[in-house]
Amino acid sequence: MLRRTLLASAALGLGLTLSGGAAMAAGMDKVKACFVYVGPIGDGGWTFQHHDGALQVQAAYGDKVELQWQESVPEGADAERVLTQMALGGCNIIFTTSFGYMDATNAVAAKFPDVKFEHATGFKRDQPNVSTYNARFYEGRAVQGTIAGRMTKSNKIGYIGSFPIPEVVMGINSYYLHAKKVNPAVELSVVWAYTWFDPAKEADAAKALIDQGVDVIAAHTDSTAPLAEAAKTNGAVIGFGQASDMVEYKDGPRVSSIIDNWGPYYVKRVGALLDGTYEQADAWEGIAGGEVLIGEITAAVPAEVKAEAEALRDAIAAGTYHPFTGPINKQDGSAWLAEGATAPDGDLLGMNFFVEGITGDIPQ
Amino acid sequence: MDFGGINPAILIASLMAASVPILLAALGELVVEKAGVLNLGVEGMMIMGAIVGFMVTIQTGSPFLGFVGGAIGGAGLSLIFAFLTQVLLANQVATGLALTLFGLGLSALLGQGYNGLKPAATGAVPLGPLADIPFFGRVLFSHDWVVYFSVFMTGVIWYVLKSTRLGLILRAVGESHEAAHALGYKVNRIRLGAIAFGGAMAGMGGAYVSLVRVPQWVDGITAGAGWIALAIVVFASWKPWRALIGAYLFGGITVLQLNLQAAGSSIPVEYLSMSPYLITIVVLVIMSSGRGKAALNAPAALGQNFHASR
Repeated sequence: MLRRTLLASAALGLGLTLSGGAAMAAGMDKVKACFVYVGPIGDGGWTFQHHDGALQVQAAYGDKVELQWQESVPEGADAERVLTQMALGGCNIIFTTSFGYMDATNAVAAKFPDVKFEHATGFKRDQPNVSTYNARFYEGRAVQGTIAGRMTKSNKIGYIGSFPIPEVVMGINSYYLHAKKVNPAVELSVVWAYTWFDPAKEADAAKALIDQGVDVIAAHTDSTAPLAEAAKTNGAVIGFGQASDMVEYKDGPRVSSIIDNWGPYYVKRVGALLDGTYEQADAWEGIAGGEVLIGEITAAVPAEVKAEAEALRDAIAAGTYHPFTGPINKQDGSAWLAEGATAPDGDLLGMNFFVEGITGDIPQ
Repeated sequence: MDFGGINPAILIASLMAASVPILLAALGELVVEKAGVLNLGVEGMMIMGAIVGFMVTIQTGSPFLGFVGGAIGGAGLSLIFAFLTQVLLANQVATGLALTLFGLGLSALLGQGYNGLKPAATGAVPLGPLADIPFFGRVLFSHDWVVYFSVFMTGVIWYVLKSTRLGLILRAVGESHEAAHALGYKVNRIRLGAIAFGGAMAGMGGAYVSLVRVPQWVDGITAGAGWIALAIVVFASWKPWRALIGAYLFGGITVLQLNLQAAGSSIPVEYLSMSPYLITIVVLVIMSSGRGKAALNAPAALGQNFHASR
């Protein structure tokens, strides 16, 4: 009896979704926007910024938008379950905010053609209802690299990588190239943490780098733990805010930051769904588009270095400079970009090699 | 004296510190399981300890009171588990899992407004000239008091379980609660005490994460350390000193692989990362092959509820 009722209501729900789909082409009166987060909102970094974007959607459309989100969803089979539940629960558009949701997003999208899926930092759009969006974080890394190259006293700089995926490799290469450009003696140590969010492990990774003499640390993980570890050295080691501004470390090790500004994109996409102009997209904005912001460079950085970093930022924003401009060789010495050539987006999105000068291998 | 660019003294010193949270939590859980109770809520108790300890330290400015607060926070949460399983006789596995979920949620709620604050530092114990001894000074005499406390507690728990009347009663309750009851021991009260002790230890472990290892509060800060502590108890086959070895092995390999990477070593880190889990599986297979549960050393009444009317 109970099961029958359940089936009936499920069928009803499905019917509602379908009729909702029919109305979609002509715009919608109300959109349920759903977000899947890889960490907790309180991480102070990556997920915090995505949630901030979600709240901007709510602020922009008020009652016309209903939000739903789920935190700390593991990348893998669990993600598929969560996505299916959200799609069954009446979500019209689902934002999956981590690279590892890529296959789950496409698999679930195939089953729910009327629900729109938006996958962050991925490249697979196997279904017509899957869009991808990303930010050109490597542009921010170029600014950080410049500061790192100028600020290091030991000529050893560090990078805490999460997973060896193109997005992270891109950031490492950009960071290193620009540090090297202003300080040819610089050496880069990369530590892979194999996690997006594990404060204790991120702190251990930062500690391992500091033990090796590194005095500028950039992190590609989601929490503020690496900055907290750097703060223990009383100013000997500096770092950067990652994903979020992390202003609470401004008086300490944080000298600048990369801020992910997802709000405008979320507002635009949900708005398109509301007024019926929604189309599949592959968005990749950077500093110029306002999706990547450079957080305030603090007084710990000398004025001329600050000016240099800001000039680089402005050149990237104006489109007069591309962070990957040749000549650049790959790690094995083979040529990648010729003199004056800039990297095509395709090369960047599939980047699986270090540039010349970085030691160590990318784990396969 | 370097191996592959890594100074072994610094490595050992860091792994001792890195292992403290899982060691404290594993020791607590070991006592709980010795009393015949399976509390899978270690993760939840750890994170409650992390946030309560953090809050107390922020409010009072004293890291020591923070650890006391962390212990109380962990013990407080464990009392919910104790009430449900010892009084209402709820299923221990389900209750333990629920306790973890509850702890994670409650800590996130309590932690609102504590993001980004910095607690007072817990310094190294000043051991004077001892810390200047080459190698051993760095390895043994440059730690904060919690590191020494964790080793001390290993010894205390080993001694109490092995050589005291209290340990004998505790083990009797864990091996055969019917027999212990027949002898006149209050099975549920003894178990309640063990559960509270386990909660306090897990809470201190959690407080170590938020006060020393990552001196800040973020949601979900323990990130699964409680589950590793549970694995260590089995790995250690319910013996305190083996729990110490297990914790140093798990914690040590994490630190080692990060240091190897920072030093630019070419050893593939994936194998190192998985090795503690592989070792756990191997230990389980060896222990459970042939000679049955006795060889596993698992308390015979583990996970079974007791009611005097039966």
